[in-house]
Amino acid sequence: MAKNISFTVKYWKQNGPKDAGHFEEKQMSNIPDDTSFLEMLDILNEELINEGKEPFTFDHDCREGICGMCSLYINGTPHGKTERGATTCQLYMRRFNDGDVITVEPWRSAAFPVIKDCMVDRSAFDKIQAAGGYTTIRTGQAQDANAILIPKADADEAMDCATCIGCGACVAACKNGSAMLFVSSKVSQFALLPQGRVEAAKRAKAMVAKMDELGFGNCCLNRISQTGAVH
Amino acid sequence: MATLNSRIPEGPVAEKWTNYKAHQKLVNPKNKRKLDVIIVGTGLAGASAAASLGEMGFKVKNFCIQDSPRRAHSIAAQGGINAAKNYQNDGDSVYRLFYDTVKGGDYRAREANVYRLAEVSANIIDQCVAQGVPFAREYGGMLANRSFGGAQVSRTFYAKGQTGQQLLLGAYSSLMCQVNAGTVELYTRYEMLDVVIVDGRARGIIARNLVTGKIERFAAHAVVIGTGGYGNTYFLSTNAMGCNCSAAIACYRKGAFFANPSYVQIHPTCIPVHGDKQSKLTLMSESLRNDGRIWVPKKLEDAKRLQKGEIQGKDIPEEDRDYYLERRYPAFGNLVPRDVASRAAKERCDKGYGVNNTGLAVFLDFSQAIEDFGRKEIEARYGNLFDMYEEITDESPYETPMQIFPAVHYTMGGIWVDYELMTTVKGLFAIGECNFSDHGANRLGASALMQGLADGYFVLPYTIQNYLADQITVPRFSTDLPEFAEAEKGVKDRIDRLFAIKGKRSVDSIHKELGHIMWEHNLFVPGTTEGVNVELEKALRLEDFLLMGQLIANDALHREESCGGHFREEHQTEEGEAKRDDENFFYVGCWEYQGADDKKPVLHKEPLEYEIIKVQTRNYKS
Repeated sequence: MAKNISFTVKYWKQNGPKDAGHFEEKQMSNIPDDTSFLEMLDILNEELINEGKEPFTFDHDCREGICGMCSLYINGTPHGKTERGATTCQLYMRRFNDGDVITVEPWRSAAFPVIKDCMVDRSAFDKIQAAGGYTTIRTGQAQDANAILIPKADADEAMDCATCIGCGACVAACKNGSAMLFVSSKVSQFALLPQGRVEAAKRAKAMVAKMDELGFGNCCLNRISQTGAVH
Repeated sequence: MATLNSRIPEGPVAEKWTNYKAHQKLVNPKNKRKLDVIIVGTGLAGASAAASLGEMGFKVKNFCIQDSPRRAHSIAAQGGINAAKNYQNDGDSVYRLFYDTVKGGDYRAREANVYRLAEVSANIIDQCVAQGVPFAREYGGMLANRSFGGAQVSRTFYAKGQTGQQLLLGAYSSLMCQVNAGTVELYTRYEMLDVVIVDGRARGIIARNLVTGKIERFAAHAVVIGTGGYGNTYFLSTNAMGCNCSAAIACYRKGAFFANPSYVQIHPTCIPVHGDKQSKLTLMSESLRNDGRIWVPKKLEDAKRLQKGEIQGKDIPEEDRDYYLERRYPAFGNLVPRDVASRAAKERCDKGYGVNNTGLAVFLDFSQAIEDFGRKEIEARYGNLFDMYEEITDESPYETPMQIFPAVHYTMGGIWVDYELMTTVKGLFAIGECNFSDHGANRLGASALMQGLADGYFVLPYTIQNYLADQITVPRFSTDLPEFAEAEKGVKDRIDRLFAIKGKRSVDSIHKELGHIMWEHNLFVPGTTEGVNVELEKALRLEDFLLMGQLIANDALHREESCGGHFREEHQTEEGEAKRDDENFFYVGCWEYQGADDKKPVLHKEPLEYEIIKVQTRNYKS
């Protein structure tokens, strides 16, 4: 059964990329703990609007943990702490306690400038994808799907790589602001499959070069970067 | 004055599409570069169409409201995509997929369109595999399949419980390849607010830049909308928060007919509503019905005690459980189509047999499956869904039965289109969930992904050329034309009017009350027209949802029968099944806007003509 909790939300306000930004605080009372974190922010905004104040802006969409739109840094952890490492929208208030102070910040990375409050510009990921994250096949001209046999283990591993939702939490969490996890997931998905292997080297080089160009930091885990599917 | 001509090609159903392609007009490569196409939406239909048209050489402008094309709500589709490959050697064929889809749609779909859909379904799988979509495979390296509701063959291809995600990322990767090649220009965080008509043809759109707040004009030789369904009219649905019907309603206001708006799909397996602060409903995949058994208590007193929280589902002995789907539909059991399963759940709850505190839930029980196959196997099949359920409800489906209830999920109705996917406005096309044509009055599971990609990869890229071939001598348009200025002014006036209301209530609070207060217009929009203003975005969409609500009601009231997702209690059989009236309602109901939101739209009928399918009562019992 749900119980009600009361807490303080400290949320980031920033009017565009050049504004210095600051925290604002709001006391939230008697919130049922089966409310999702984003629903709690809906309530916060409803209250702000009723008080004649400007609502808090943040990205969100599917609220099912798959679209990758939500992007909040909660109490120092991207998406907040859940057991499965899920997205912000899958975080529920039962993870918090009465009297908590909950700090909400945007993704922090030079490559993800703030648009407003906690809404950031992640179009850099689209640019990396455009640099090479695909197989160049023509629509309508593919051969029969079962003509390419792929061992189950390879297909499963490619699927694991392909599940990346492109939310940018890895960039936000990395002290270098590196996009290496995002890039390597795409590069590896294709490199594991015969359809993608043809362009594998070209793709990897193009995507990494674009990542560097767009201001993402480097990865300092040398062992992984030297033995990954990139080479 | 728009008229209805479905432009179905001559010839036997099975040869229509081949004949059409052989005789349609084409645009030569040099001329393609001179033609601009606007595509609104980047879901399965929009992204695949933009990628295909860009690759063919057209100049494409592709718009989405999210920060990236990859966020479109197609991404959330879980279960799979149907295709008539017969890889399982279980007797599947193009005809069988066609037949199942028409029957599943309760004989209210357009036969010629559905046949074409079944025909191109196999190419979709080939295309996606070539793109590197990692579908599930068998140990021999071949593609794996599973079963879905309304079919007796295994024709559903899947990638774990994330098939929509993988197909969308496949289409997105092809789209980004064309962005890189310079054939497609991407406009993210843009919302289409109107379509611009010049001399009776769609020639552009007015869109709001959601970052700067600026209203901008875009011109093209043709406009395609692939902006999804209108499920969020109901506030609570399985749609994403941003899903809206504004682009479709803008087209409707400009003369595109709206077809069958009352055909709304209620998905039977969603997590029940828990409170009034809830923002959306979460779907639990239809694939769960492969192994889960749906039940409520046989005794009303047991249901009462469940509702009071005095006992739990596991306290009720086997003999006191009513597996009502298995009881009523022995041949299909728990795998009946969605409309049937949803209605049966509602029937039990209406009679007082609901199993949670609101009385609006039934059990989906895996205890038998866990006993038969072991917990480990069930974990492998549904582990991610069970975890998600536990995160949301704080209850483990391994220990206690899941609670589920039907929720608004998909809209079969949509903008009316002819065989070429063109609306009643020349040069304006609608693709994917946004149009009406393929699912009749009910969509089968795993058919939405199929239709979105069929339209985008294999149908529109052909049919739009038949239109554009006549446009090659038309030079590029200037957005300085008076028609653009007028449309822009209309949009700006509308925004000013919303700000001028200066009421007290937030957009969400009004949307939640689902139209009870809509006529009072006690609305308050904070902030200004400039820069990011999410509340303004929501206010504009709300106004369109209200008009959509009227359309749904008008259509539902006029259709004096029950069919598929549209069910009226006064039209049911003695056994409680939907009772169609083919004599009077064997047609597509198309609504024409009459110049103002408060004027009743005029009904036009497209008669359905079935050449090879014999219309009969749906039977999932034997």
